[in-house]
Amino acid sequence: MPFGLLKYGLGKDYPFEREPDLPATPTLKQHYDVVIIGGGGHGVATAYYLAKYHGITNVAILEKAYLGGGNTARNTAVIRSNYLTPQGVRFYSESVKLFERLSNEFDFNIMYSQRGQLTLAHTDATVRAFRQRAEVNTHFGGRTELIDPHHIAELVPTLNLNPANMPVLAGLWHKDGATARHDAVAWGYAKGATQRGVELHQLTEVIDIIKEGDRAVGVKTNRGTVHCRSIVQAVAGYSAVLAGIAGFKLPLVSYPLQAMVTQPVKPFLDPLVSSSALHCYVQQTSRGELVFGGGSDPYPLYNTRSTLELKESLIAHAVEMFPFMSEMQLLRQWAGITDMTSDYSPIMGLSPLRHYYLDAGWGTWGFKATPICGQTMAELVANDGKVPDLIAPFALDRFDHFKQVNEMGATAASH
Amino acid sequence: MTRSRLDAPFGQWIDRSESVDIRFEGKTYSGFMGDTVASALIANQQWLLSRSFKYHRPRGPLTLCGHDANTLVQLPEAPNRLADELPISEHRVINAQNYSGSLERDRNQLLDSLGRFMPVGFYYKAFYKPFGSWRFWERIIRRKAGLGVANLTIEPRYTDKQYLFHDIAIIGGGPAGLSAALTAAQAGASVLLIDDQPHLGGSLNYHRFDIDAAERAPTLNHLRTQILDNDNIRVLTSATCNGWFTDHYLPVLQGSRMYKVRAKACILASGSSEQHVVFRHNDLPGIALCSAIDRLIMLYGVAPAQRLAVLAGNDQAYLTALNAHDAGIAVCGVIDMRAACDDANLVTALQARHIPLFSHATVFEAHANSPGHQLAAIDIHRLDSHGAVTEHWTTLACGALAVSSGFMPAYQLACQGGARLSYDDGSALFSLTELPEGMFLAGSVNSIHALHAVLADGAHSARQALRHLGLAPVDSRDDGVSCDVSVNHPWPIFQHPKGREFVDFDEDLQIKDIVNSTRQGYRDIQLVKRFSTVGMGPSQGRHSALPTARLVAHATQRSVSETGVTTARPPVKPEPLGLLAGRRFDPARKTPLDQRHRALNAHMVPAGNWRRPAFYGAPQARDRWVQEEALAVRTNVGLIDVSTLGGIELRGVDAAQFLNRFYTFAFLKQPIGKTRYVVFTNEQGVVSDDGVAARIGADHFYVTATTTGVDTMVREMLRWNAQWRLNVDIANVTSAFAAINVAGPNARAVLDATDCSIDLSNDAFPYLAYREGHLGAIPVRMMRVGFVGELGYELHVPSMLAASLWDMLMNAGDPLTIRPFGVEAQRLLRLEKGHIIIGQDTDGMTHPGEVGLDWAINRQKPFFVGRRAVDIVMAADPCRQLVGFTVNSTCPQPKEGHLVIKAGDIVGHVTSCEHSPTVGGVIGLAYVHPQDAAPDSLFEVRTDQGVSVLARVCALPFYDPANARQAL
Repeated sequence: MPFGLLKYGLGKDYPFEREPDLPATPTLKQHYDVVIIGGGGHGVATAYYLAKYHGITNVAILEKAYLGGGNTARNTAVIRSNYLTPQGVRFYSESVKLFERLSNEFDFNIMYSQRGQLTLAHTDATVRAFRQRAEVNTHFGGRTELIDPHHIAELVPTLNLNPANMPVLAGLWHKDGATARHDAVAWGYAKGATQRGVELHQLTEVIDIIKEGDRAVGVKTNRGTVHCRSIVQAVAGYSAVLAGIAGFKLPLVSYPLQAMVTQPVKPFLDPLVSSSALHCYVQQTSRGELVFGGGSDPYPLYNTRSTLELKESLIAHAVEMFPFMSEMQLLRQWAGITDMTSDYSPIMGLSPLRHYYLDAGWGTWGFKATPICGQTMAELVANDGKVPDLIAPFALDRFDHFKQVNEMGATAASH
Repeated sequence: MTRSRLDAPFGQWIDRSESVDIRFEGKTYSGFMGDTVASALIANQQWLLSRSFKYHRPRGPLTLCGHDANTLVQLPEAPNRLADELPISEHRVINAQNYSGSLERDRNQLLDSLGRFMPVGFYYKAFYKPFGSWRFWERIIRRKAGLGVANLTIEPRYTDKQYLFHDIAIIGGGPAGLSAALTAAQAGASVLLIDDQPHLGGSLNYHRFDIDAAERAPTLNHLRTQILDNDNIRVLTSATCNGWFTDHYLPVLQGSRMYKVRAKACILASGSSEQHVVFRHNDLPGIALCSAIDRLIMLYGVAPAQRLAVLAGNDQAYLTALNAHDAGIAVCGVIDMRAACDDANLVTALQARHIPLFSHATVFEAHANSPGHQLAAIDIHRLDSHGAVTEHWTTLACGALAVSSGFMPAYQLACQGGARLSYDDGSALFSLTELPEGMFLAGSVNSIHALHAVLADGAHSARQALRHLGLAPVDSRDDGVSCDVSVNHPWPIFQHPKGREFVDFDEDLQIKDIVNSTRQGYRDIQLVKRFSTVGMGPSQGRHSALPTARLVAHATQRSVSETGVTTARPPVKPEPLGLLAGRRFDPARKTPLDQRHRALNAHMVPAGNWRRPAFYGAPQARDRWVQEEALAVRTNVGLIDVSTLGGIELRGVDAAQFLNRFYTFAFLKQPIGKTRYVVFTNEQGVVSDDGVAARIGADHFYVTATTTGVDTMVREMLRWNAQWRLNVDIANVTSAFAAINVAGPNARAVLDATDCSIDLSNDAFPYLAYREGHLGAIPVRMMRVGFVGELGYELHVPSMLAASLWDMLMNAGDPLTIRPFGVEAQRLLRLEKGHIIIGQDTDGMTHPGEVGLDWAINRQKPFFVGRRAVDIVMAADPCRQLVGFTVNSTCPQPKEGHLVIKAGDIVGHVTSCEHSPTVGGVIGLAYVHPQDAAPDSLFEVRTDQGVSVLARVCALPFYDPANARQAL
């Protein structure tokens, strides 16, 4: 039995009390070196790496609700790097590497679980696209291969290989695919950051951005005004809204993305399984619940309500993939807001405002990038706006120059 | 064995004339029709039903109405079913779940004594040192996860869905719902009354309401009779309204059906969840809510135990004691956590029955019997004036304890609709505010509890709904009913030095777990939930939300209202996935020729939503069929069903102007009777679709689009024209037309053999021309096309005539041995001809210059969609170019998706590659570095297992560069 638990069991006090994971929200100061708007995974990770690698600890994270309560709390915790473009693969691979060591780095178990991700191809167009993704991944050292239905049946014996009369032709098997306790990632970063002196301000909402000329110099909040040298915005689904407050436009369209979870049952499914043709992915959590996700809602909206239509279609497809799941029971459905770019890659780096840095456009792929985002955004801020190579392709001005990084995957088509 | 059964009138829901045997954990138990699995087992003194999630503690029913996770059992076909909801008439074989060994002697019970080593969130604090050890621990912990076992082999049972439309949906058939339904129906509204129990009446079935039990039965009979007689009311019992979605869209689950209800208004009469009391060992089987004990006695005629005690936080609990006593059960005491009860007559009633009353006291600890499976005794301690526990008063032996600390509104549906649940710390009263428009509350969900007030509140809510619907005049005097009795004890939480006072039964969380979460810094109720998992179990916090909010509020010096509860999300209760999925429905599109293809043994493959022939013949010999079909087109004649091609009809004086703005080419001067290639670039300058525009008249075009692209194209056309306001009608006629392409040197001969009204000679009907006419009686739109690089005619006909056309062509071509060909042969043929397929040879970045489509762009015109982007990206240094290539036949054949490598970097990939019998070798298309794009340049392709292959760039097309064949 691990020592920490033994100590607790034999002692009288809750052993970890002397060092709480998270301090209570302190008084808001009038000046910080860096203000980070958004206390989700990306925001707290940025603060963590600022403190850890750059010695910048006079940092305030401003969170309008509670720590990690936005898309960090709502995503389905898929970690993978099997993207299509070299820029994407390089970036997400770094993230996977960082994830692997986070528990020990934090001294807090994020339950990183590398169980592999299997994506199903039902058309030859998808097979082509998957082969390309496998090759690009392998080129950059990732573990991804195109596998045949026999191999799929060995990996996931419970899978129906002819769901919805769309026979499974092949699968993209991404051994590096993983999951983690998503909340714990945010908490671990917050714990590490606050221990190094960063201030986490919950229930602190930014109302306005204070500017001098073309430069951002501070923020107005519901708890007072703060001045600072640099600002990072990392607010996921509300990126376009906040940018609007700051006075510029982001090329984003925001859609709700829904997910749902069943009651726990004894584990039977190790890999994460997804099918884009059926708009359905499923994984079994460490608690034994099945988590389902699918496509975004078909229309833009700033509302995290759930819909019956999406639940019906998503679950119908899940039952096609795993017919026996028909007797399992759905416990809860929820939604988050995703900010989509036209090329399915993020917007990172400089903004039209000097000293105001962007971490946005994270659509449906934000969680898996949390560590590398934090690291590169911290580097960007610490170097006063010198853009790290890894995120240079994701600059906002790529849309002006039509230098997109298209991750939509090859579109399926036939003639 | 029915010793515990009480005589009638107790047991209104069971039919004693019909006994039913069930098997639970391999033992046989006897019950009656009308029993649930849980009530039948308790009737046999079997309170122990399950083992808890974390500590494997013995658990028994808490609510007896399907609201707690203690009754989760395993059915042969399904895990995690609620034993207090399963009628024994339908479920005969039941097992307990989440144990190792037997339910009675669970080896994992050891975890309970090890609980001290597992503080809240312990898994965040351990198992990861040294690096890599988590992989070991994870496997062990994962094995302990989950409750029931999914049956991995069952086939889905039949389920379906039905829409219902009503003026008013009323959720809850208790006194408030019944009263509301009658009032609404009598005013002429069409009412749907939904109740999750098998019989209407709600608490009228079991709750005593008054000391003499005078009102309950007459009220129920009166209401029920009128409801059943009213034609405006449709009643659904054993039906759960499991969610509230925008505009009163309600999924109602009943049996194997999901009703999807559209209501104009809804009345929430969903009642309230009785709350338990938090003390040491409050989770022992035999400890249940007062309402559960009432249900046992009144509905099922089951004595919970020989001796019963009652722990009261309100007057209602006294009524349970009276009920039990009147049923002949020994009530050994009523313990009241308050100093005195509100209605002094209750004390008199207890005295009259010689029931001891312990006022201002609580149960501090419960003790189990010797195997530990049921309550045996309770320690009663006095409380001081602050409500804190003081000295031991007495110990009572009892096998069952009824508890009630209050009632929390069943707020889930309202909050799913955006309502706010508030709690007044002073009065301990709940309120639901900010209800969605058209939702009204009635009864105890509205914090109204006395029977006469509940009935009045039901009628009032109905009048509100009627006014909302315009079915009743506005009446400003109709004020509604105010709260009457206080039911909530402010602090029914009694911490014990040894712990094991459970706040959340689902997740085995005790007082210290909640408090320690806040001490760790998880102070927000949402963070407490996420860190401790409180409220995340199957009962979604029905009984843990309130004590958690109280504990967190106390620990963080806030009010309960400030602390709040976590967000309510659908569904209200766990719902089987099969009910959501409904009947299996795979809407695949079939062309009108589908049966013809299948008769010819076609191998059908998905193409978007369509199914198309890949080739004709057994899949094992795929290469053979493809090459034979292709060869037939090259040397003789073939025909292919191209009905899936998009068809868009544009009519109006601005039709040509519209196309001129929408596609890259010029269309203003396109002659009537001619076709022209169309390319669409999106606003990023990316090639997104192509097709052909045929000009039928000055104001009339017929435009084709790709199979998967047409819906997007039509949507984009409509979107753009919403801005342009051009005088043009745009209609997607894809399904209205079927199309067949007859291709090959003998194509004309085949058509000549039919009764064709069109002059097919090359002079009269040249390449790229468009003609209309008839084949026999079939009207046809005909285009000379060259996608596969041979003499070809594309015949578009009304879908209903497609099969006749196919048969006509097959007959006419029979002497020439015409051969149908599939998508794969078509792909090979067009590859030989160097024609690209959008989506295969292009990706989300491809601009026209990269794929040699410069010629299809008209730069004389001022604008087309994507123009600015196309100009910018085509002016920039090119980074890749699509080229044709060949590889030596001794090399491994590259596959589509393989990478093109230059100096160790990825510069492109293979998009198409096939063996061509006509060209006599492997040919393909690939993106290469612009430096390597000239014919005869060599480039490296990385094939399977990393084997590099040198490919040679080859000028396109591979076949018939003079384009002589298609202009025959």
